[in-house]
Amino acid sequence: MALITYREALNRALREEMRRDDRVFIMGEEVGEYDGAYKVSKGLLDEFGEMRVRDTPIAENGFAGLGVGAAVAGLRPVVEFMTWNFALLAYDAIVNSAAKMRHMSGGQFTVPIVFRGPGGSALQLAAQHSQVPDPWYANIPGLKVCTPATPADALGLLKSAIRDDDPVVFIEGELLYNVKGEVPDDEHLVPIGLADIKRVGEDVTIVTHSKMVHVAMQAAEKLAAEHEVEAEVVDLRSLRPLDLDTYVASVKKTNRAVVLEEGWPVAGIGAQIVDDIQREAFDYLDAPVARVSGLDVPMHYARALEKLIVPDAEAVIRAVKHVCYLD
Amino acid sequence: MAKTEDEIMQGDLQGIPREKLMEMLRWMVLSRRFEEKTAEAYQTGKIGGFCHLYIGQEAVAAGAIAALREDDYVFTAYRDHAQALVRGVSSDAVMAELYGRVGGASRGAGGSMHIFDRDVNFMGGHGIVGTHLPLAAGVGYAIKYRGGDQVVLCFFGDSVVNGGPFHEAFNMVAKWELPVVYVVENNSYGMGTDIDRVAAVDDLFTRACAYQGKKAEQVDGMDVLAVYDATNRAVERARETSRPTFIEARTYRYLGHSMSDPAHGTYRSREEVQAERDNDAINSLVDRMEEAGLLTEEEYKELDAAVIEEVERAAEFAEASPVPGRDEIYAHVYADEFRGGLDRRDAWR
Repeated sequence: MALITYREALNRALREEMRRDDRVFIMGEEVGEYDGAYKVSKGLLDEFGEMRVRDTPIAENGFAGLGVGAAVAGLRPVVEFMTWNFALLAYDAIVNSAAKMRHMSGGQFTVPIVFRGPGGSALQLAAQHSQVPDPWYANIPGLKVCTPATPADALGLLKSAIRDDDPVVFIEGELLYNVKGEVPDDEHLVPIGLADIKRVGEDVTIVTHSKMVHVAMQAAEKLAAEHEVEAEVVDLRSLRPLDLDTYVASVKKTNRAVVLEEGWPVAGIGAQIVDDIQREAFDYLDAPVARVSGLDVPMHYARALEKLIVPDAEAVIRAVKHVCYLD
Repeated sequence: MAKTEDEIMQGDLQGIPREKLMEMLRWMVLSRRFEEKTAEAYQTGKIGGFCHLYIGQEAVAAGAIAALREDDYVFTAYRDHAQALVRGVSSDAVMAELYGRVGGASRGAGGSMHIFDRDVNFMGGHGIVGTHLPLAAGVGYAIKYRGGDQVVLCFFGDSVVNGGPFHEAFNMVAKWELPVVYVVENNSYGMGTDIDRVAAVDDLFTRACAYQGKKAEQVDGMDVLAVYDATNRAVERARETSRPTFIEARTYRYLGHSMSDPAHGTYRSREEVQAERDNDAINSLVDRMEEAGLLTEEEYKELDAAVIEEVERAAEFAEASPVPGRDEIYAHVYADEFRGGLDRRDAWR
């Protein structure tokens, strides 16, 4: 095991997969000479050259579409968006082309492509650079969606995504790049669509993903220390496929659930999870499921308001106490 | 003195041998007859959805695709029946696709706008204006990546030049020197809007000059020989130097934008359409071949009769092909099994 950052884990995944398979190439704004806007692709241009580490113009729909075409022709592109906010300009390439070509062609064409980059709020980047795109992609049949929370999952999921024969939307936490964690030294693959129980508990299930896993873990530690409540934290890791077997089983064990996400509440991923729980575990519930999400507004620049908009551990604790009838 | 059979077989028009001329003529007639049958089937309710016919524009698909090799690639937009046929997708498979049957090129999942056929590198059939231009660039990237010498031919309509994907794709193929030949089929109208009313510059080939300098040109899209000649030069250039070219083919569609609007009315007159019909690309090729002694009236009638029979057989094939069953619904969404199942939330369906 080695202790490395989330950023280093992603870099290792790219490097290992590019060495393993010469069809894999990366492209995006600043991925080459600049080493990546967040330095995820550091050193790759030197090792693999310009054809496999391609700096692109600032033209998201164009280079995302180019990636789709290259994938259909048999390569395995990893398209980096400097942030997922910019990928809105490529939504057509991702949704109308990447996600649908296999289906529309009656299964003739395979689209093995990864779209990756950071999502979620960071620090005072204001409304256009602070949003959670996760459910926009989780809604689309034909795509897979990964949202790793730890370095080990970032490594294992990105490697799986690159090897996957379907288009994968890979959303990294912008504030997670410096988070450190243990990762195996040997080949490490995490299957797409498998949740992970990050903390075992008996009293309540917290279902969450990405950066909010860390918020849930903080809340769980505090709940154990101060309220004698042992929370089970389910990290979804993938939003499509959603591993409902794991969170439904957890809720059947704890009989209570809090669903936590950084994004907006209406039609957020949490809404789907609550539906899955009520549909498959209604009789096991001892309380209505609670949701904690980002507030239903565009992000504020002012730090004081930004802190109020993004969910924190205190909000999770209040929700847990509510479903445990402790408030 | 009458020509001998050998003289006829070895004859040519503008250096294009008779065999190639006959091939292009057959494709144009097939496209025309196929679309006539399509219109009939649409009107009797056998074909549904959006359906865009190609009648009038046949010289563009036939002339351009004739310049390709078997391992080259073809992309087009949603007016795609003729391109598919000319590229070698069978009449049966195209018609069955329009009928929404399992025997269709895309197993009935795509319909009129989404014909695909991997066996002949026919890459679709794309329904969002401009969206496939970057895709074609990506296939060009893959060719260059592998050091291959194939070429990508990408058709699109005149409206595309006003949108972002056109400029994004053109910039990348020019900068990275990708072997893509783009052909805009300028039929003067984006649906019912005259291109003059919405384009700041309406000689469309000049739009590409910003990216490709003098390697953009305009041809008479009603003259299959001109289209073939221009595409041939562009394909050769792409194959040998991995450089892109942009061709504007001035053409005309005789019918409405789709099956749901009339041939003339609010945006163009009956007289305008008739004048274009008088300049028909098929008639013009037939006349020139006859004048050159390369085709007799009888030969043309035989060709036409054979094509009509092929199209009728395609309609019979489509009619007999099975309607997709429930098992097709989830069959081609993902390459492998979707963990947990796609049907986990489909109770009461």
